[in-house]
Amino acid sequence: MFAYYPIYRGYFRTSIMMMFQYRIAMLIWLLGGIIEPLMYLVVWRTVSQQQGGAVGTYSTNEFVVYFIAMMMVSHGTFTWIMWEYVYRIRMGQFSVMLLKPIHPIHSDIADNIGYKFLTLIVMGPTVLLLAWFFDASWQPTYWSLAAFVPVLTLAFLMRFYLEWSLAMVAFWTLRIDAMNQAYMVILLFFSGKLTPLTLFPEIVQRAADLLPFRWILAFPVELLLGRVTPRDLLIGIGAQLFWLLAGYLFMQLIYRAGIKRYAAFGN
Amino acid sequence: MFYIRLFATYLRIGILGELEYRANFWISLVQSALDLCVALGGLAVVFSHTDTLGGWRPEELLALVGVYFLIGGLIRTIIRPSMTKFMDDVRQGTLDFTLTKPADSQVLVSIQSVEIWRLVDVLIALPVLAIALIRLGAQLGLIDTAVFAVTLLSGGLIIYSFWLMLSTCAFWFVKVENIQVIFMSMWQAGRWPVSIYPAWLRAVLTFLVPVAFATTVPASAVSGRITDANLVGTVALAVAMLIVSRWFWRVGIRFYSGASA
Repeated sequence: MFAYYPIYRGYFRTSIMMMFQYRIAMLIWLLGGIIEPLMYLVVWRTVSQQQGGAVGTYSTNEFVVYFIAMMMVSHGTFTWIMWEYVYRIRMGQFSVMLLKPIHPIHSDIADNIGYKFLTLIVMGPTVLLLAWFFDASWQPTYWSLAAFVPVLTLAFLMRFYLEWSLAMVAFWTLRIDAMNQAYMVILLFFSGKLTPLTLFPEIVQRAADLLPFRWILAFPVELLLGRVTPRDLLIGIGAQLFWLLAGYLFMQLIYRAGIKRYAAFGN
Repeated sequence: MFYIRLFATYLRIGILGELEYRANFWISLVQSALDLCVALGGLAVVFSHTDTLGGWRPEELLALVGVYFLIGGLIRTIIRPSMTKFMDDVRQGTLDFTLTKPADSQVLVSIQSVEIWRLVDVLIALPVLAIALIRLGAQLGLIDTAVFAVTLLSGGLIIYSFWLMLSTCAFWFVKVENIQVIFMSMWQAGRWPVSIYPAWLRAVLTFLVPVAFATTVPASAVSGRITDANLVGTVALAVAMLIVSRWFWRVGIRFYSGASA
């Protein structure tokens, strides 16, 4: 475990230097991540105000806090790997990665974390400004704040393994746009991105329990809102650990099959 | 007439080019269907908890979704691919070839690349609009329909002029493709009526990036909530932007010195 420490330090340094070269592209990714939750925030706030200040168990203020928290958790966990992998394979960059005596997922994780830290410079003020604009009030409990750190870390890792596995479809076909988009739609409906899951019909909620997506987004967000009981917290962490393990095994399996298929285009 | 024939030619080239990649049609179809799922699914969830959204009834929002897909489809079919090619041409100096052709350069640049499979968005928009119009039914007279057509045309022209002005900046700054991505991420906010957004965001979506004119305004014409002032304002803005973007284009083209030769 600690053997990785100097390697990651090196990766962080290069990835942060690289990202300074692509400042604009970085800001654009960020803009999309801000607009989408902001749009749903406004929609549900409007609905809630019209319904006399609450929809289901959510008050107008809770909707605001929910979607601002969603913006942060979504930003914290998102990856661009499903778009990058295909490019990597088509241009033959993957060959270079294979030559290194370390699994390629590590440099991707380091890249992603580096990006997240850099973009905090923009994301932090945006969140504060939005909270101020929409007059959000939020009283967290200390234990849920403390629990948020490991929960978000697990959410990040499980999403990373899941999307890294799906990204490897690029070994078999380079036409991944429609598949990626389908994934984003499923994520939108079953992760709580579109609306708090309790506003869906019972059957959708039960389906969401069984899928990994709500444990990536809705669960950390609800935890921040103080809507998760200690018992549910344990269940949630259990689900996260299960999906993390499943994602890890899945990744190993596909990776082994994938590199056998890989034919090194380009150089 | 000449320009219609010219457009038909580019369209034919576009069709011939894309027929080589027939699978792309199915991919576009899947993508548009998924987009529609997101739009309609969102409406379904919202309207399972309320009867109106900021004063808009479900069928009125359905009309808005229809307009959103219609204009969005035209952007993706013609405006975006043409402008992307234009920016590439400026960077590589190949714009020289366009400029030497015996036709108006602005028109040539604006229609030079047609991604026909993206017309699927338009094909999806039409039944959605039709269903919305039928459900809105009785109130819709001949005048309303004409007003709708006028606002739709104006909205389309406003988006086109806006995009042309952004692209024209390529003459000075060369790398401006990212602006298109920014526009497309703002565009998705047009799926909802701009009246529900707080004032500062509404201002952004109306004046900084004119999404509102292309989506909310035509949809409000269908639902009979458009005021005369709005209608006149939209048409006036469309005309003004056409003229300004034309002027800006000519300034830009004079500045262009060619990167290759």
